[in-house]
Amino acid sequence: MVSFLKSLFKKLSSNPFSKKSHIKLGLYGPPNGGKSTLANKICQDWLGEEMSTVSHIAHETREIKIKEQVNIKNKKGKELTFSLVDTPGISTKIDYEEFIRKGLKKVEAKKRAKEATKGVIDSIKWLDDMDSVVVVLDATKDPYSQVNITIIGNLQARNIPVLIAANKVDLKKAGIDTVKAAFPQYKVVGISAKYGKNIEEFYEQLFTLTS
Amino acid sequence: MVTFKFVPYYEIEGLSSAKRVNKLLKIVKEDKIVIMEGRLRKQEEADLIEITMEEISPKFKGIELSVIYPDKDKQDALQKLKGMMASTLLGDRQGLTIVGPASVVKKIENNPDKIELFTRESRAKQRVKRS
Repeated sequence: MVSFLKSLFKKLSSNPFSKKSHIKLGLYGPPNGGKSTLANKICQDWLGEEMSTVSHIAHETREIKIKEQVNIKNKKGKELTFSLVDTPGISTKIDYEEFIRKGLKKVEAKKRAKEATKGVIDSIKWLDDMDSVVVVLDATKDPYSQVNITIIGNLQARNIPVLIAANKVDLKKAGIDTVKAAFPQYKVVGISAKYGKNIEEFYEQLFTLTS
Repeated sequence: MVTFKFVPYYEIEGLSSAKRVNKLLKIVKEDKIVIMEGRLRKQEEADLIEITMEEISPKFKGIELSVIYPDKDKQDALQKLKGMMASTLLGDRQGLTIVGPASVVKKIENNPDKIELFTRESRAKQRVKRS
């Protein structure tokens, strides 16, 4: 009910005939899909600086991070300015013992788990504030997870435009066709945020997403 | 031993979103796997994740969630019409929702034509095929 009212107020307060000058572009997805790596790639390419820290241990990003005034240009010289929002990975379970197995000490692991739960809650609450969203999925993993379906379903219910970035296509196991088959109603672009593979196509798709 | 608890649609039909989510979570916290007739609304699925996160503790590590729903793209016009009429008259009781405690259910793989549920205790693999 609260989210419905927030969404209604958002729609009423905006003028549908004016061009949006301040777009909030969210990076959403499950943990370790590569959201922060992509956020860093975007910021490196266009601002010359990194945005977030990355780690092989899940839930490295546990707070919403925002980079204002990211300005990108396409080959035709068209410009797009947005605030980039890097969100904590959405998950249905968080086990501090998993972090211990990855090498963290117990106290550190418990703290990380607690912060991660808050991060997931914040990510969900922020859905209403997004104008467009890039859902970043690990293309080497099964795309049919309920978390992916729930995220995309909620964005669809809020009429928020979605682009799916099937990340990690540099890896042999990556199956971009499986991602496309799972979400046929959305544009899927295969990228490697780490190595910049197909990133130009990704930037081009951002223009379509936000237009 | 793994315990499944069936929740028929009529048990959640008249409940508010918060009560639906809390009902499912209460069963899951008793270490039972819920098989619910129908599905939650999209916002309720997000609420379920949100409330699960609020309840995470060293004892409760979260949930595994999966929904099997008929692929409407594979239905012909008559089947779609029948489905719409049934949903209007009886509520959206198509599909099945499976929610289990993460301490019991290791993962649920949801491919388009089947669900595979892997449990932690026995490491046994159980398959529930979509009819």
